[in-house]
Amino acid sequence: MRVTVIDYKAGNLTSVLKALRHLGAETEVTDRADTVKTAERLILPGVGHFAATQQLDASGVTPAIRDVIARGVPFLGICVGMQWLFSGSTEAPDQLGLAHFAETCTRFPSGLEKVPHVGWNSLEPYRSSHLFAGIHPGEYVYFTHSYKAPVTPATAASAQYIETFAAAVEQGNVMGVQFHPEKSGETGLKILRNFLEYRDKETAC
Amino acid sequence: MLTKRIIACLDVHDGRVVKGVQFVDIVDAGDPAELAARHAREGADEIVLLDITATHEGRKTLLDTVRRAARELFVPFAVGGGIRSAQDAEQVFDAGADKVSINSAALADPALIDSIGRSFGAQAVVVAIDARRDPSAADPVREAQVLVQGGRKTTGRRVVEWAREAESRGAGEILLTSMDADGTRAGFDCELTAAVSHAVNIPVIASGGAGTVAHFVDVFARGCADAALAASIFHFGVSSARSLKQELAQAGVSVRLPC
Repeated sequence: MRVTVIDYKAGNLTSVLKALRHLGAETEVTDRADTVKTAERLILPGVGHFAATQQLDASGVTPAIRDVIARGVPFLGICVGMQWLFSGSTEAPDQLGLAHFAETCTRFPSGLEKVPHVGWNSLEPYRSSHLFAGIHPGEYVYFTHSYKAPVTPATAASAQYIETFAAAVEQGNVMGVQFHPEKSGETGLKILRNFLEYRDKETAC
Repeated sequence: MLTKRIIACLDVHDGRVVKGVQFVDIVDAGDPAELAARHAREGADEIVLLDITATHEGRKTLLDTVRRAARELFVPFAVGGGIRSAQDAEQVFDAGADKVSINSAALADPALIDSIGRSFGAQAVVVAIDARRDPSAADPVREAQVLVQGGRKTTGRRVVEWAREAESRGAGEILLTSMDADGTRAGFDCELTAAVSHAVNIPVIASGGAGTVAHFVDVFARGCADAALAASIFHFGVSSARSLKQELAQAGVSVRLPC
């Protein structure tokens, strides 16, 4: 199975690629819109600043992602890659997200606990989803972030730190995780495997 | 709920894991890739590999070690030792590290923190501080000194102030080693850890002095540490991360279990 991983120069891709290969996927790394258009399965990773997603607009990758998502290609955003599915983030107010989800990502309120939120945090699967098939309430995954998405009907799992926020979103073929499944041990690998095994109902044989 | 992290530390010299007592007596403890995998399997929340050779000739060996260790490691993996430039950091990231730990190079050129942070994100930059209480100061803890060269040389900098500067320059975490406690197995320096943890808003990893489960309970409670590092406690079969965490859970510390 081929997975296309988008490189937009935000942090390193090594860990994500390593985990995908470990799960038996064939990986392809690209920063080009034409390659994105032919993807069978797409991952938008990302650590760092929301402003870095500007590169997706500059290279024409944004409309290509919009096209493949509309075609039903499974899409997974990781960390900033998940936040980008929303309208935007207060981290970089002038930079628009994909707006697949209408809400805006915001910073954790300060003063109560340390921000960034770094470490292993328990998950609460929010409703039935493909990503969290076989994942039990209370399993731990690794987070490192200061901005987060609100809980909405698209939320697939929530987490609690300072407040309850969206640890993952899923709406049909469009999925996102705020945590790093590639760094979350067996639980993370299982979630990535669930993504790799996702089949759209219409294309299933 | 966010849990307290137990981090397994591998001190590596010429491609082998070693552990010194107060950085002096060095004992061979095994293959880094094999030990990293074992610690992850046995419940460590994160692996830190500190290269204490860090000579020019040692660089290639280190990158090869990092590559081998990272291959089957699916928990956060930090690497330190001999990283003096953003290019050095990039090589370590390319080899499979998620974070770099920088120490004396950051003291020599604090802008290195900004530069690695800009390219790879703050979450990828750990600033390691070797600290020693200053017995001659009015407040030996708040005025603890920053040391370099394995604790042999003072820098004239104060630990709390340097930790704050590192944070403001874009460090994602502080790895605080008490040189007074390191290798003694007599407990962490909880007062020093708490002073630094309260001074910054980024996670503080306590290091140096782990010997018993009670020491870990103490550094999370009194020391306000977000994570604790242990090396020698694991290597010689004293305990595994999992059994340590099971005991911590019984003592009321929130940890990742089962793991």
